[in-house]
Amino acid sequence: MRPETTNRKLMWWGVNLVVLLYAFVPVVWIVSLSLKNDATLNDGNYLPVAPTGQSYKAIFSNTDFLRALVNSIGICIISTTIAIVFGTMAAYAIARLDFPGKRAIVAMALLISMFPQIALVTPLFKIETAFGLFATWPGLIIPYIAFALPLAIYTLSAFFREIPWDLEKAAKMDGATPYQAFRRVITPLAMPGVFTTAILVFISCWNDFLFALSLTSTKAARTVPAAMSYFTGATTFQKPTGPIAAAAVVITIPIVIFVLIFQRRIVAGLTSGAVKG
Amino acid sequence: MTTTPAAATAVEDLAGDGTIEIARQRHTDAKKAERKLGLMLVAPAVVLMLAVTAYPILYAVWLSLNKADLRAPDDNKFIFLSNYVTVLSSPIWWTAFGVTMFLTVVGAVFELVLGMLLAIVMHRTIVGRGLVRTSALVPYAIVTVVAAFSWRFAWTADLGWLSPTGSAPLTEFWPSIWIIVLAEVWKTVPFMALLLMAGLALVPEDLLKAASMDGANAWKRFWMVTVPLIKPAILVALLFRTLDAFRVFDNIFILTSGANHTSSVSMVAYSNLIRGLNLGIGSAMSVLIFITTGIIAFLFIKLFGAAAPGSSAEGRR
Repeated sequence: MRPETTNRKLMWWGVNLVVLLYAFVPVVWIVSLSLKNDATLNDGNYLPVAPTGQSYKAIFSNTDFLRALVNSIGICIISTTIAIVFGTMAAYAIARLDFPGKRAIVAMALLISMFPQIALVTPLFKIETAFGLFATWPGLIIPYIAFALPLAIYTLSAFFREIPWDLEKAAKMDGATPYQAFRRVITPLAMPGVFTTAILVFISCWNDFLFALSLTSTKAARTVPAAMSYFTGATTFQKPTGPIAAAAVVITIPIVIFVLIFQRRIVAGLTSGAVKG
Repeated sequence: MTTTPAAATAVEDLAGDGTIEIARQRHTDAKKAERKLGLMLVAPAVVLMLAVTAYPILYAVWLSLNKADLRAPDDNKFIFLSNYVTVLSSPIWWTAFGVTMFLTVVGAVFELVLGMLLAIVMHRTIVGRGLVRTSALVPYAIVTVVAAFSWRFAWTADLGWLSPTGSAPLTEFWPSIWIIVLAEVWKTVPFMALLLMAGLALVPEDLLKAASMDGANAWKRFWMVTVPLIKPAILVALLFRTLDAFRVFDNIFILTSGANHTSSVSMVAYSNLIRGLNLGIGSAMSVLIFITTGIIAFLFIKLFGAAAPGSSAEGRR
């Protein structure tokens, strides 16, 4: 490495600043809107003059929003858990075992990850109505799992290929039972990959809007992104801008915290399956 | 794997007793067990994926050949291709198709250029690398609807910090389209950049140094060394972004609700279901969107010969 001059460092800080502005300007704006009150909402300032928690008070006393929050959290956790269990099983088989139809399954997962979800909205609407799944938790959980599975299988099988499986054999030679070898040797090696995949799958469920909008009609299963688009003001004359901004911030914060903590793993997970599969 | 039976036979010839026979039997038994286990492990995932995608799309094909209007449920009958004729002769469909294509192509160009710049910054920066990589993930992680509301409020007259005085950009066609492009590009550049950065990491430093010794400047090194080497990463990223962009829905729904002819094909199909309640027409649109996606993927793979199924992938919504 040649010595870096102060000038070059300054130049890179300048470039970094542009990236930071790019990433945070729209985010800070929605936070700022959520902190404005009715009087200053329309002042057009980028930052609030007198921040208040009024909008947050409004949404946390709104039962529709609270119900949507519970739906979002519940549906995404259940979908992520099931997708990870099925995905781990399939990814282990794809990475480790020899069986017929493996290539077909990999190709199918790839096709599904490219699938236009809108093409399913009309038939799923009809099918779910017939089975009584329309506007219920399972009615959203099942499609979420199906679309999370390709992501889970790709990411997990990329991680599983990296695991030194010989260690398992070595542990058995040293007298460990198969269960012990799996529990003590393989599980700790596999957990980071599983965990990273779980974060990615959770983000994709949390982000969904199309299914949440078209496969629900009541607040029973409507998630926050869909519920936000139905927000109305407390009175007919009040615009729901403040509450929408506050709700937006509430569902954004947990994800941003996740990303800040697990940045390295998420980058690894997002790119693992992508370059050399 | 393929050499194992031949090797076993060779050993058998030498030994000439029953033990090898037993070993081979065990070997095939183990193979069978492995196959069975493999199939059992993938079964739940495969069944679920097929149940949610293959079955509905086949059902959509059937529905699209029928008159299936929820407002006249007793009037269901087989009408063959009439629904397709209705859709394909409708100016609404073709406007939406044009808008979607425009957003896809223009969006992909901006995303590729900006994504490459961001990838280079994340790869090359000598200060605050962790900070840059972490903040670049923020647009990726944010719920699309949240970002869309942020852009909508920013451009709303008398409310937003970006809105020009005396005009409302989200009520006119072209300003709306460009704001939709902005929202889409902002959200997806980081994902593009991550895929490209993974490609950049594979370019050997020595090769760049050698090119530099041979007198190639940074611009030349980028085009002559880096780009050819990361071509697979670029193609994968482009393919996924193109197919993803073709599905654009969330941003348009929040930003314009499809007003002033800004609907994408997804928006038109959705409004048809919710407002029109015509499942036959909706299914015809579903099938058309599905076929278009297939054509785009096919063209990519044919034209560029890369990104064949199984070689690489990354699903994303």
